[in-house]
Amino acid sequence: MKKIIYLIGGILAVIAILWQCKTKSAATASASDAAEKVYVSPGKHDEFYNFVSGGFNGQMSVYGLPSGRLLKIIPVFSVFPENGYGFSDETRAMLNTSRGWLPWDDEHHMSVSETNGEQDARWIFANANNTPRIARIDLSTFRTVEILEIPNSAGNHCSPFITQNTEYVIAGTRFSIPMGAQQDVAINSYKDNFKGTLSFISVNPESGRLKLAFQILMPGMDFDLSRGGKGPSADWFFFSCYNSERANTLLEVNASQNDKDFIVAVNWKKAEEYMKAGKGVRSKSHYAHNIYDEKKHSASTTWEEDVLTLDPTVLKDFVYLMPCPKSPHGCDVDPTGKFIAASGKLAAVIPVFSFDKMLQAIESKTYDGEYQGIPVLKYEAVLHGEVQKPGLGPLHTEFDANGNAYTSMFVSSEIVKWNVQSLQVLDRVPTYYSIGHLCVPGGDTRKPWGKYVIAYNKITKDRFLPTGPELTQSAQLYDISGDKMKLLLDFPTIGEPHYANAVPAELISKNSVKIYKLEENAHPYVAKGEGQAKVVREGNKVHVYMTAIRSHLTPDNIEGVRMGDEVHFHVTNLEQDWDIPHGFTIRGSTNGETLIMPGETQTISWKPDQVGVTPFYCTDFCSALHQEMQGYIRVSPAGSNIPLKYWTGDEPQVQ
Amino acid sequence: MKNFIFISPILVLACALWGCTQGPPASGESPSAANDAALNVGQSGVQDDVSQQNILQIAAGSKDHSTLVTAVKAAGLVDVLANAGPFTVFAPTNEAFGKLPKETLDGLLKPENKDALSDILEYHVYVGVIKTDQMRDGQKLNQVNLKNVVVNVNEGKITLNAGTNIIASIPASNGIIHVVDGVLLPPEK
Repeated sequence: MKKIIYLIGGILAVIAILWQCKTKSAATASASDAAEKVYVSPGKHDEFYNFVSGGFNGQMSVYGLPSGRLLKIIPVFSVFPENGYGFSDETRAMLNTSRGWLPWDDEHHMSVSETNGEQDARWIFANANNTPRIARIDLSTFRTVEILEIPNSAGNHCSPFITQNTEYVIAGTRFSIPMGAQQDVAINSYKDNFKGTLSFISVNPESGRLKLAFQILMPGMDFDLSRGGKGPSADWFFFSCYNSERANTLLEVNASQNDKDFIVAVNWKKAEEYMKAGKGVRSKSHYAHNIYDEKKHSASTTWEEDVLTLDPTVLKDFVYLMPCPKSPHGCDVDPTGKFIAASGKLAAVIPVFSFDKMLQAIESKTYDGEYQGIPVLKYEAVLHGEVQKPGLGPLHTEFDANGNAYTSMFVSSEIVKWNVQSLQVLDRVPTYYSIGHLCVPGGDTRKPWGKYVIAYNKITKDRFLPTGPELTQSAQLYDISGDKMKLLLDFPTIGEPHYANAVPAELISKNSVKIYKLEENAHPYVAKGEGQAKVVREGNKVHVYMTAIRSHLTPDNIEGVRMGDEVHFHVTNLEQDWDIPHGFTIRGSTNGETLIMPGETQTISWKPDQVGVTPFYCTDFCSALHQEMQGYIRVSPAGSNIPLKYWTGDEPQVQ
Repeated sequence: MKNFIFISPILVLACALWGCTQGPPASGESPSAANDAALNVGQSGVQDDVSQQNILQIAAGSKDHSTLVTAVKAAGLVDVLANAGPFTVFAPTNEAFGKLPKETLDGLLKPENKDALSDILEYHVYVGVIKTDQMRDGQKLNQVNLKNVVVNVNEGKITLNAGTNIIASIPASNGIIHVVDGVLLPPEK
């Protein structure tokens, strides 16, 4: 008996290994083929921009594809020593929240702005996961220009996804929390007191300016991911959720009790009608709205108060629940807008819902009861079908232009390609290791660009040279132009590459700003030429209107500053030449350094702590005489009568 | 004879691996392609003698679980059990597999029944760590294959699906192994 087991086992092992051997050879392009496909020769540009969130680092990094070359890190919810974001006086306000000034948050997902369901790439939106916020990054400057805090929210994971004309950015709560006046409640009163919200933030079509339009009050589940409808389903939004058990402890066990959680379908057009008809409930809150003015080169915070809430148990017929197996994560609408692929991360099937069937089920009220006052549609009535045996731990799906879907599988560490109509699995490739999200260029839109799928992995282990316990994280590029996916490239990433978008280069590069125009600089402390450079005392505040140009600072000698003063160095970069930034810092600077683009003004504030002469200098290697670009400030004791005096070159005789 | 049977899977495995790395490359591929393929082994191939052992490594090192390991390999679940998980794995001993009716086991091990074999193995895996002190009477554990294992606790004694006993529990880097004295068979519906 046992002998037979061993014998059969042995034969099976050989078959398995040979099969593995065969698929691996097929799944990996030959080294020379792969090299040719990812090689971008010196001086040539990549074909796509790849915007990759940094996960826990709160930043976004930008890579070129197919080379995997790192082009830029864009600070969003975290301070960034490279360009002074969050350190300079101009940018600090970007990190204001109702909870105080926060130097570091966790950034997970992004959406590239769209027109008619296609990437227009004017902006990219990002979410702060921990202290809920949505950011807008301008893709002409690659700078974070707006951050809106989300009230009545905790764990802003289920965001920032958009409608097909970027009418709204949505933000759903992961953590439900007590709502309303009484916040001090027993945690085990979760089922009675805790609620979630789905926030709809309107986007001004011209300026991009964000406004919290309305929030939908939802039962206390965990909302995970989301996508807007497209084409025929453009008026709808779909959200995945888990913990329909509404457990408040040991979710590892307690949130996996129900066989099915839900995909939430929201008719946002109808919600908008309710909003416009004044049907919601207005309440007061307190949340930060931070805007970076690119003319003033400065951020400021406006405190918002107004919140409009729509309750689907009161205002009927705009929220429906579709049952979905086992803690769904991804909730992805295909390019036709007709199908919604849900990924139950603990499930062994991928259910694909039909938008048409959903409408019919709503029309015919084919309900499977209610959940917390919201109608639940019958699973079988809304199902297009299930992808059988796709792999283990499906997380997230994107699409190509040929009717195929690509789903990441965390547990079985692979990408699985399947056909949306037939639901047949067409191909699978391993990832190294434990893929989270994936990205097909435009793969979340009506017009996928296809060509590649990129895996964003959670585990690196032995893929690169080791660097102690803390290893690089990584992405992997696969060619999907043929029937079979082929691994082309591993590339290291900054932070945890949580999610990503890829955009054809020409959509963005043609709009990229080269310099800020000096004549448009509206900074209150700008000096638009060396003739405007000056030092002005206002009580104990000393404002230095400084200019920087190759290769001197004006003024570069300053006297008459006293202990107890606050000195604000407002440095304007007078250069109007592409890629000539200057930097600035002073010994003992508590807010570090700053980096100033051509035509821009940035400020370092400094409180002298010692009597004496202190040097300052340009920190960016700007020119052949960069090392000469330096100066001194003299600090005298409090009450000293040394006159305020400043110069570059000839010292003025009288002040 | 018995020795030969034990050795044969290892030999063929070695041959297969050798064939994988050293064999002539398939037509149209450069020799380096085959080398690349050998590099791209899944997570089970990571060389690491320092970290705590994962579920796969513990099972592979247990002489009482060779049938399970063979089945896991046949079902292509090797890299899964080396994944970050975390998993709770009910690991039937060789003796437990021996208790299955001969025709059932033979049927499962036929190549055309790979899906059925995977289904049974996935019925032994829960995503999440459940220690015995977290098990409650009547608790349903929805396993990777989406079918429930029912826990029974009677006067402190735990059984699974009314009859399978947990013999030992072994913590692993990516979860926990509960060694069980029977093979759990998924309910038909």
